Amino acid sequence: MVGILVVLALVLITFSFRKPDSGPVASAESAAASALRPFTIAGERVAQPFRDVYGWADSLLTARSDAKRLKEETEALRQQVIQNQFAANENAKLKALLAFRDGPRFPDDYTGLAAAVIARPSGSFAQEIVVAAGSNDGVALDAPVVTADGFLGRVTRVYARSARVTLLSDEQLAVSALDVKSGAAGIVKHGRGSASTLIFDRVPKKVKVSVGDTIVTAGWRSSKLASLYPKGIPIGRVTSVGQADTDLWKQIQVEPFADFDRVDAVLVLVLEDGRR
Amino acid sequence: MNPAIGVRVALIIFVVAILQVSAFSSVTIGGGGPDLLLVTLVSVALLRGAVTGAVTGFFAGLIVDVTTLGTLGLTSLLLTLVGYWAGRYGETTGQGRSHAPVLTTLAATVFVGFGGYAVQSMLGESISVRVVLAALPAALIWNAVLIYPVFGLVRRVVGTPDRIERAREVELLV
Repeated sequence: MVGILVVLALVLITFSFRKPDSGPVASAESAAASALRPFTIAGERVAQPFRDVYGWADSLLTARSDAKRLKEETEALRQQVIQNQFAANENAKLKALLAFRDGPRFPDDYTGLAAAVIARPSGSFAQEIVVAAGSNDGVALDAPVVTADGFLGRVTRVYARSARVTLLSDEQLAVSALDVKSGAAGIVKHGRGSASTLIFDRVPKKVKVSVGDTIVTAGWRSSKLASLYPKGIPIGRVTSVGQADTDLWKQIQVEPFADFDRVDAVLVLVLEDGRR
Repeated sequence: MNPAIGVRVALIIFVVAILQVSAFSSVTIGGGGPDLLLVTLVSVALLRGAVTGAVTGFFAGLIVDVTTLGTLGLTSLLLTLVGYWAGRYGETTGQGRSHAPVLTTLAATVFVGFGGYAVQSMLGESISVRVVLAALPAALIWNAVLIYPVFGLVRRVVGTPDRIERAREVELLV
């Protein structure tokens, strides 16, 4: 009996791994996922008030330091907004003069499809979530996913009424990024040890990056290839910068704006007219 | 197994599996969180034996894999083995021992952590063992705290099978 179950599990793994998005096993999984969806949504709704209480209690512990930090940030941002308004006007005029061609930008070229998080794998290494929107709603494979705070991850599996999102804190995911202040380009990926810290990698030593700098998605485009992610989605803030003589690149740690552990709802970005 | 008990076990596991993926998996303190499904499975297996444990583990894993859109069969494989081993332990050396639930839970937590890492690595996923090691201490504490209340509740719902009492003395007739 036990042997049969183990063999059956191995057969399922083989089929699921070889053809994750097509074939009879994928179809059965899609149908079963749709059938179980109301239960996971119900479970999510039952758990939500408890999670809110937990989040509220947790935020109380950090409220004082958060208030001080936010006050300082508000002062700095107020000055920055005025400068940015001038720069944006100037930028628009110069772009019009040059007939500048650009890659897709967020939020101009994308629409956000709001979806609730309905499930999370319980394994410690699985940095993924399942959202209650699928191909029927317009979600496509590789679509970028954000929260109100910033970049969250990418759609890695789509079914009719649900989709799996791999978070940026997962080891499988990396995103090309830019330092807004210095323009330094690199790759943001999972940090070693803690999932709540990211690394801004592949940044040359000669480029200046400072603590407090904001990192956003780069959204590059070459002749035939384009980044999966639009330009300008906030990813996080630089918390430490270092460099060693033996390393090729700077060692930069980034604190993500999005809280990967406590995400209840997301926006799946869908290109407005199917461009890419 | 009595069909009524089978239905109760199925209901418990279904509800707990749904709660695990929708609610408990987002609770992380100290890098790890509780695995209510694993704790419940260990309780069922200890109380009802190896075959019930293995079958329960298989279907519990299937629910998790389907709801999280993961690789189908992966969690089933791990939980089938956990259910079978916990059931065998409950039927043999662990029978009637008060420390059996916590011991089995700790071993199962370690097995699922490293077993999942091993299977994922074999499937070509580049996972750092540090991630597993970082989450393991908190998961062990959480599950150890949960096991006795959960074990008590599961025992009330599914009961224990009638076992033949061991003979205390034997008379030899020559």
